[in-house]
Order: sequence, then C-alpha cells, then structure tokens
Amino acid sequence: MMINTVPPVAIFIVGALLIPFLKGRLQSVFLLALPVIGFINLINIPEGSHWVVSFLDYNLVLGKVDRLSLVFGYIYHIIAFIALLFALHLKDNLQHMAAVIYAGAALGIVFAGDLITLFIFWEVMAIAATYLIWARKTKLSYGAGLRYLLVHLFGGLCLLAGIIIHAHTTGSTEFGFMGLNGLGSWLIFIGFGINCAWPGLHPWLTDAYPETTATGAVFMWTFTTKTAIYVLARGFPGTELLIWIGAIMTVFPIFFAVIENNLRRVLSYSLINQLGFMVCGIGIGTQLSLNGTVSHAFCHILYKALLVMSMGAVLHRTGKINCTDLGGLYKSMPLTALFCMVGAASISAFPLFNGFVSKSMVFEAAALGGFVIPWFLLLFASVGVLEHAGIKVPYYAFFAHDRGIRTKEAPTNMLLAMGIAAFLCVFIGVFPGPLYSILPYPVVFEPYSASHVVTTCQLLFFGALAYVLLTLAGVFPSEKRALNLDADWFYRKGANALAWFVLNPVTGLVTRINRAVFDLLPSFLIWFGKNPPAALKISADMVVYNLTSRDEDARRLEKERAIYPRDLLYPWSIGAAVSFVLVFLLLYLVLYYWRGT
Amino acid sequence: MDKKGFLEKPGIGKKLLAIFCCVLGVMLVAEFFIHKHSFFAWEEWPWFHAAFGFVAFVVLILAAKYILRPLIERKEDYYDD
Repeated sequence: MMINTVPPVAIFIVGALLIPFLKGRLQSVFLLALPVIGFINLINIPEGSHWVVSFLDYNLVLGKVDRLSLVFGYIYHIIAFIALLFALHLKDNLQHMAAVIYAGAALGIVFAGDLITLFIFWEVMAIAATYLIWARKTKLSYGAGLRYLLVHLFGGLCLLAGIIIHAHTTGSTEFGFMGLNGLGSWLIFIGFGINCAWPGLHPWLTDAYPETTATGAVFMWTFTTKTAIYVLARGFPGTELLIWIGAIMTVFPIFFAVIENNLRRVLSYSLINQLGFMVCGIGIGTQLSLNGTVSHAFCHILYKALLVMSMGAVLHRTGKINCTDLGGLYKSMPLTALFCMVGAASISAFPLFNGFVSKSMVFEAAALGGFVIPWFLLLFASVGVLEHAGIKVPYYAFFAHDRGIRTKEAPTNMLLAMGIAAFLCVFIGVFPGPLYSILPYPVVFEPYSASHVVTTCQLLFFGALAYVLLTLAGVFPSEKRALNLDADWFYRKGANALAWFVLNPVTGLVTRINRAVFDLLPSFLIWFGKNPPAALKISADMVVYNLTSRDEDARRLEKERAIYPRDLLYPWSIGAAVSFVLVFLLLYLVLYYWRGT
Repeated sequence: MDKKGFLEKPGIGKKLLAIFCCVLGVMLVAEFFIHKHSFFAWEEWPWFHAAFGFVAFVVLILAAKYILRPLIERKEDYYDD
C-alpha cells in the first residue's frame, strides 16, 4: 500500500518552481534537500503502476515502477545531488530551475508507463537542456543551443508521429516492449536514436555539449542520452540492428577524440563511445547483456560526471578548456587532478574501478552470443577509451607542458561533489555487489577472475606502452588549434546553402510569377478586351511582320496600334459579318455530323 | 616563488618509466600462472590481449593523425560567416 508517496517527477518540478522564492543558504539547503527527499520518496514506492490519470480516451501512467526503471531512478537522484552540489556556488536562479526541471523531466520519462507522458517529458527535457546551453551567454553557445533545440524538436516530431501511428494501429499508448514492426515503431525508434546520438544523428551532442556552462554540463552529460538508453532498453531489447549501431558508436568517435583540441569535446566523443557499449548490450538482448547495459549506464553516469566536473572546475578557475591552452595544473589544482584521474581510470575500466565491473558484462554477453566482429570492435574501442579519456584528458589538463597558469584549487562545493563521485567510482569498483543486487535480472557474474584481471591489464598497459613509445618517437599527434568537421557540417553549411537558394533563385522566380500573374496578365486582358477582333488582327500582323520583315507590314502594324482600340476595318460591312456567321454555322454543322458518326 | 612540481624533479621520468616496465613484465609473466577463461580460440594465444592493445593503439593514432586529421581539419573560424 502506498503511503503518501508522489510521482518522482513532481518533487523536482514543484521544487524548481520554489527556487526563486528562496535566497542564500536556505536556497542551497533546499537544492540539496530536493534529491534527498526525492530518493526517500522513491524507495517507498512499491513496484507496479501508479498515478493513472485519464486524459481524453487514454490513460497517462506517471509511475511505472519496476526493476529497470528503479535503477535509473536511483542513479538519477544520486547524480542530481552531486550535480546540484557542484553548482551550489552559482547565483543564477534560472539555471538552477532549468537544471532541476531537466532532472525531473528525465525522471518523468523513466517512470512513464505510457507514450503520451513520455512524449511530454521528452519535450520538457529538450527545452530545459537548451536553456542550460544558452546560460553560458556566449555567441557560440547561442548558436549551438539553437541547433540543439532544432535537432531535438525534429526528433520530438519523429517520436510524436511514431506514437500517433503506433497508437492508431495498436489502439494502445502503453509503453513497453515494441520491437521493430511497422512505420510507427520505426519512427519511435529513430526519435529515440536521435537522443541516443546514433552515428550520423550524433553531431548535436559534440556541437552543443562543449558550449554548456561548467556546472550545467553535469546534467547535460547525464540525462538526455541515458534516458534514451532507458527507453531503448524498455522498448527495443534484442533488436539486432542495435548491436551494429552500438559497435559503430564505440569505434568512430575515438578517432575524432584523438585529434580534438577542446577537452570537453573530447568528453563528448567519449560519451558517444560509452553509449555504444550500452546500445550494443540492448541489441544483444540477453539478461546478461541488459544487466551489462544498465550497470554500465549506472557506472558511466558517475565516472563521466566526475570527468566532466573536473573539466568544469578547470574551466571555472582558468576560463580555458583547450589542450593548447592548458597544462601543468596539477600544481594548482592537485585534488581536481586526482579526481580526474580516478574518473579516467574508471572509464578506462581498470580493475578496482567501476567501469571494470560493468563493461565486462557487455563483453561477455557479446562473446556468448558469438558476435565476433562486434566483439573485436568493442575491444578496439576499449583501447580508444584509454587513449582519449584515460590519458589525454588528465594529461593535457594537469600535466603536459606547464603553461604557467597559476590558479586556486576548485571551490569546496565542487571538490565535495567530485569527491563523492570519485568515492562511488572506487567503491562500486571494489564492491560491485550492491550495484549487481539492484540490476533488472539476477546476476551470475564474477568480474574479478584472475583471467579477466590479467587480460584487461595487458590490454590497457600495453596500450599505454604504445602511447609512451609513440610520444617518445614524436609520432603522437601534437595538440593543435583547429576545428574538426563532423556531420553537423551538413546542416550548418546546408542551412547557408538553403538560405542562399531561398534568397536568390526561389525569390527571383516568385517575383517573376508575381509580376506575370498580377501585373502583365491583367493589363493584357484589359487591353485585349477593348476590341478583341482588332487585338487579334494586331497579333496576327505581328506574326506576319516577324516572318516577312517588310516595311509595308511594319507601317500597317504601326497604324493599327496607333488607332487601337478602334480598328482599320471598322465599321464592318453587313456582307462580311454574314459571311463570318455562315462560316461558323458551317463549322458547327461539320462538327455535329462528325461527332454523330 | 614558483615551487617545482614533483614531476619536475630530475630523474623522475626515468624512475616512472622503470616502474612502468616492471608492471608490463609482471603482466606478461602473470599470464602463465593463471587459468585462462576464454570464449574464442584466439584468446588462448599467449599475450593476445597485450599484442592487441599495443597494435590497436598504434593503428588508432596513425589513422587519426594521417587519415582523419587531413580530411576534416579546418581553421578555428571556419563557421564564422
């Protein structure tokens, strides 16, 4: 029996609306209390479907609580606490509100039992996220935010169209397993895929995320994409296409990350890479692989937040984020450097860190399923993770060349937030039991076998050896001020081409049509209507003159034009008129008999 | 007034490198003292993961530097028009 619990989303939305009425320390306490109250509320909700509201002919379900939605619910509350703590020094009510609404909308989706509720929170999430990009208040962030919004509105429309078709064909808006059958489910699938940053649909992420505020980034890197993982795991587990989409997602971003200068963009590519492991697990669709996906999402949220926070602290203190501007910061920010390295070790999946205990489940599931090529791609991608997130991010920010930047250690609230995340990364890495116990399916998996530890260490340490040798040989690509193109080129340059096309050929054509229809045609008709036979005569004479070019024809034409609308034949003789009538009667007669036979 | 970081002390690079090489050696030797738990035949090959890690890293760096970078690199103000 439910005792005074409310839908998880409600606490965050109502809480967000109260933020502007509170000030100073009280507001800080309130912000931190929100996820705590939310968490207490969450653990008191029994499994099942709650808060069913009738809307037109449909039932909106605000609380579908089962083991899958609960794991996401737990981690969303934990990360909301960490992210709000990280942002606590901020004196910006709107940013706090947008962040809390964003987290709330993500919870709304995770506990949505029907597609209409899901869609509503899907859109709320897109708008709240856009605000967190714009809150940086730079020209770059304005443009990136606008592109982010447009892409997500498009994705939302795909989803809406899919939901309408799905509801119409199945007669139900319940959100459960769908699988790919029919146009409706395909559109929903693609709508989810845009938020999941599938290859080709991904550039909104690498475009916009590096432009968010230092604190809003923690929310950005967490909610939109992991919510997409959740809905795919709920709606499309075992869809084989996802194995390949996931495998490609793990591999292609690592090449971009090698040469990228902006460290938060490196982390954006890294995010796509990590999502690939989860998408792959959904595609395999076994209990082991889905456990892998969910646990990897859980661990990923923690270590990616940790990395993003460490870069956020660097950005906050130095105002810089490019490899070419940073280096040597371990002297000024030793704790931030330490936390960043914990995040780097976790994402690289070193034993004793949480990435190790979750990623290996997806690997084992791929191997058990006999997916050889995806297995190799995932293994290759694991080495890539070591390169960009394990080595590049901490190395270029905190070590590398000392650029002479001397600043202060990150503010206490930021250090605390990073400390909690770092502690959880190590704790789960050493004691995976509690995490395994909340996964959707029973876990029969032992990450710490000697074989697994040794092979993983070999892979990572010899990858690191390659890094050392390539650096000593001077082959490792140096950091470089540059912009690297990605698929957003198509719509960023495409939009310019479209604007040119509309302004030049299209506008020109429309002007001409406008002139022909509203100007030339009416004036001709008026002219013609004054004396049609004479007008016809003038037209005929024009043709004749054009053919013959004789002076006498020219003179006659000139004369006819000069006296128009009167004409040269006026008045006609009665005989001529009667002859005309007879000719037409004859034509009529011929036509009549010809049609009759 | 600027104190030296611990990584700027003389000889630290060589020490770190020596430790790193020891770890590598231990990883290679350790393989022969454990029971390997493999799914595919090639995982049974000695030092498969070490070799794969090394080769994959080199391939990744070379491909990114010599193939991808020349294709997609532009000036920083490429989109500012």
